[in-house]
Amino acid sequence: MSEPLLPPIGMLAELTHRCPLQCPYCSNPLELLKANRELDTQTWLDLFSQAADLGVLQVHLSGGEPTLRRDLEQLIAGLSARGVYTNLITAGVGIAEGRIEAFAEAGLDHLQLSFQGARPSTTDRIGNHKGGHEKKLETAGRARAAGLPLTINAPIHRHNIEEVPEFIDLALSLGAERLEIANVQYAGWALTNRDQLMPERAAVDRQAEIVAAARERLTGIMNIDFVTPDYFAIYPKPCMGGWARDAFMVAPDGTVLPCHAAQTIPSLSFERFGPRSLAEIWTDSPAFNAFRGTDWMQQPCRSCERREIDWGGCRCQAMAIAGDAAATDPACAKSPIHARMAMLIDEAQGAAAIPSNDEQFVYRRIGVVTEPA
Amino acid sequence: MMALRERALVSSRSVPSLPKHVRIRYDPVRQAFAVLSPEKVFWPNDISLDILRRCDGRSTVGHIIADLAADYDAEQEAVAADVVAFLQEWSDKLLVKL
Repeated sequence: MSEPLLPPIGMLAELTHRCPLQCPYCSNPLELLKANRELDTQTWLDLFSQAADLGVLQVHLSGGEPTLRRDLEQLIAGLSARGVYTNLITAGVGIAEGRIEAFAEAGLDHLQLSFQGARPSTTDRIGNHKGGHEKKLETAGRARAAGLPLTINAPIHRHNIEEVPEFIDLALSLGAERLEIANVQYAGWALTNRDQLMPERAAVDRQAEIVAAARERLTGIMNIDFVTPDYFAIYPKPCMGGWARDAFMVAPDGTVLPCHAAQTIPSLSFERFGPRSLAEIWTDSPAFNAFRGTDWMQQPCRSCERREIDWGGCRCQAMAIAGDAAATDPACAKSPIHARMAMLIDEAQGAAAIPSNDEQFVYRRIGVVTEPA
Repeated sequence: MMALRERALVSSRSVPSLPKHVRIRYDPVRQAFAVLSPEKVFWPNDISLDILRRCDGRSTVGHIIADLAADYDAEQEAVAADVVAFLQEWSDKLLVKL
């Protein structure tokens, strides 16, 4: 190890894979777990307690749609009792009357609400859920009425990139403190639908200008976080802040993972909470240690002056595009196969130009890709 | 474009507080105070922490400056410049409410 092992700060808890929306870029794995594979209430509470002991300060409660868990209030209360900052990441459709208020009472610190479009027709089409946009507006209103701070999350791709100015107005009109303009990351379902989702270069450039101007104009009014699109980048993102460096995630069945897409790396096997404690997994799991720090790096990462800024970028993207999880993230201009990213952008534009391909998404659904026996 | 809110500017009469999405807590694992916000965790130094703890929704900036100058046995003017700059920066990031 090139640096001492630090305790984790953040944890993403994917409480369930069930979701009323079917967004074609979902970051969940293609093999979605059914409800009968989910951890029960007490196991999640034990896991959260161990996470707090380990040093976790923030837990993002996500899914699927986390509000489908009937015990969500209890889980929030458990975290709150340990002083852990709780962030609920919700699609905001179908939340029963009184529950948002109950989350706030249980100690929820912050709510993040996704909008698939700034226009109702876009939101409903991308999530494949009629009336979704209206329900989300209602959820935002209820969250504000319950006194909850609000982030609007806007996943961006070719079908809504022109709506970025409208997303900014929408977030302002909802009284959000924060807006995430998050360009889709091509892992999981988004990788399957990449040709359908990849924006044009000119639209990406326009978007960057719009976001920069809005950030300036809205200083002190609303924070805008901008997750830039990898395929158009010069340097890679420090994925998860570095592999197993200060954050991790847990799948609905208790599998503890360094990131969303880690299970796409075939050489790694992952451990479940229960048979092993969280501390043991964080410290000793071979999968967590596989790409920790910088010792695993090959060239050009190994001698790069940015190696402790980018941490080699995304291991899953290296796997998906370079075919080697230990390769430099091809998003990096120093990657020997960086040019492949530009080719993939062009291929996607070519595919999208064929009218019969337009919006032929593989929508995210349990069972579209079946679990292994 | 909608402008439902305006950027707040620090004055000696401002009464700063921490917004609901920001919490300070002591972390026994790292033995340090952490400022928790929706996506980020900050590790303030002692002086920043002394300012943030006085953002109680009752004290004016003028009062906070006088109090810190007394505590640190420092010139009020020098303290004022640092406190105002700090609070403006944190307000601009929506981490402090004025």
